[in-house]
Amino acid sequence: MGYDKLIFDISQEGRKGYTLPHSEFSRKSLDDVYLRDDCPGLPEVSELDVVRHFTNVSFKNFGIEKGFYPLGSCTMKYNPKINQDIANMPGFSQIHPYQPLDTVQGILKIYDETQRMLSEISGLHTYSLNPYAGAHGELVGLMIIKAYHESRNDFNRTKIIVPDAAHGTNPASATVCGFQSVEVKSNRDGSVSVEDLKSVLGDDIAGIMLTNPNTLGMFEKDILEIAKLVHEAGGLLYYDGANLNPILGKVRPGDMGFDIMHINLHKTFSTPHGGGGPGSGPVGVTKALAPFLPQPVIRKVNDTYTIDDHVIDSLGQISHFYGNIGVAIKAYAYILSNGKEHLPEIAAFSVLNANYIKESLKDLYLLPVEGVCKHEFVFDGLKDKSTGVTTLDVAKRLLDYDVHPPTIYFPLLYKESLMIEPVETESKQTIDQFIAIMRTIAQEAKDTPELVKNAPYNTVVKRLDEALAARKPIVKYKDLE
Amino acid sequence: MKVPKDLYYLETHEWVKVEDGFAYIGITDHAQHSLGEIVFIELPEENDTVTKGTEFAAIESVKAASDINAPVSGVIVMVNEDLEDSPELLNEDPYENWIIKVELEDESELSSLLSADEYIDACE
Repeated sequence: MGYDKLIFDISQEGRKGYTLPHSEFSRKSLDDVYLRDDCPGLPEVSELDVVRHFTNVSFKNFGIEKGFYPLGSCTMKYNPKINQDIANMPGFSQIHPYQPLDTVQGILKIYDETQRMLSEISGLHTYSLNPYAGAHGELVGLMIIKAYHESRNDFNRTKIIVPDAAHGTNPASATVCGFQSVEVKSNRDGSVSVEDLKSVLGDDIAGIMLTNPNTLGMFEKDILEIAKLVHEAGGLLYYDGANLNPILGKVRPGDMGFDIMHINLHKTFSTPHGGGGPGSGPVGVTKALAPFLPQPVIRKVNDTYTIDDHVIDSLGQISHFYGNIGVAIKAYAYILSNGKEHLPEIAAFSVLNANYIKESLKDLYLLPVEGVCKHEFVFDGLKDKSTGVTTLDVAKRLLDYDVHPPTIYFPLLYKESLMIEPVETESKQTIDQFIAIMRTIAQEAKDTPELVKNAPYNTVVKRLDEALAARKPIVKYKDLE
Repeated sequence: MKVPKDLYYLETHEWVKVEDGFAYIGITDHAQHSLGEIVFIELPEENDTVTKGTEFAAIESVKAASDINAPVSGVIVMVNEDLEDSPELLNEDPYENWIIKVELEDESELSSLLSADEYIDACE
């Protein structure tokens, strides 16, 4: 009935679905110069129109609240409603950053306590909640690395080491920050080649960026040696927090020798992710690096919280006001509702789920790295390559079974990468269903390969021409007609 | 996988053909096949200088983005502008559709490149 069109397309002149609240102010006329010449062109719809429209378009979308979402490297966990309930409380949602500080002591306390809890969880001394997202945190972390070396009059360190299996944001952030990235090779299990690392270390190296567990979901066993080598060469270690989930409450990056890290609150700490954002990428540092953190900094003086935005060595302001405070409140609610006792169970169940899937499917899907993984693992496509069915085909076929496809063709270490991260919030029943679906698809690839190659069939749109979409993108709804 | 005998190769899947002191540079059949459908190429400009072993262009496919490295050094005398609007030409015939033409600076650089047979070995 057309409710899934743009809301402007269902607009009917004169239809109204709102009443304005009573104004607390007396009516005043504006000068003519401030008045519009024509109407703003807002949709004119009833309340029912609005409800049907958004319900219909939501059916076209896929989110964690619709089905299983095992997107490797992205930690798509369920966002508990209690987070949202807390963040929506009027005391949080109705305040303004310019309010006098004595009227917002509560939120400042939460801000400060969230930073302290992240410190305790990660083993880094001081945190800043200012960065907006993971890559923003990376940039801030690299700016701190630069500021640190420059504060010691060392201007020679222009290079950042990045493993070849790293997340693409790592070399991108390094480049944006004015560093040159130097690649080190991975061993077969995706871990850093210590020999290769030794060959690039020198007095031009500012630092190294790592995830642990690495991109293949394997724990970097040589991390203490790597930290020692990098520190001896005068460099700093940056921890990309994207893979923090499986070590939560078990081991701490600070104890591994990392100097700086970011945490993706929208991954590990269950705040909405992607289109449901906004995100938050707090940055933590060792005590020695704390003066370089961005400002404003929230300080507790006696029993009062104040804001310091004149920190001498700070690299400056990198966000509007204090970052995405609403996200921090949700993460705070998540940490407290789990408590210190239960946070390590998040890690344990995310690891258990991943290993259970891996072991249940490795007879049909090619597993390049044997052994216990952490929260995720990578298959190199179907084991039987004779069918011609690719990882892309498997991903598309999963859509027909109402499963969001895993990450595909990343990491670049394998030709047919299929990266699965189930997270801890799924039941055994869901995980078993997913395993059964993956087994069905492998069987279909054998019996009726064309069926898989032309999937999906049950979705709003069928197999898309991705190359055409990239070469000749249509980015305006109106141009679709 | 097509690997013409009369070209030189880099391990990173670029080829070079030398004719009358000019080097024509492109990507190999293996490269275009691994990348899948190519959707965009960021080309350098004429008169830019390229250096052996460093990137001079970036290529994007539906699967990945990748740098293209120069097998030899020199000044670019011509860029294959057709690729701007039709990057899929690299999928259709990666050896016919060279990316840049370079005035060869130092012919001795060729000696360190791979032969067709060596490149086939490197791919395995």
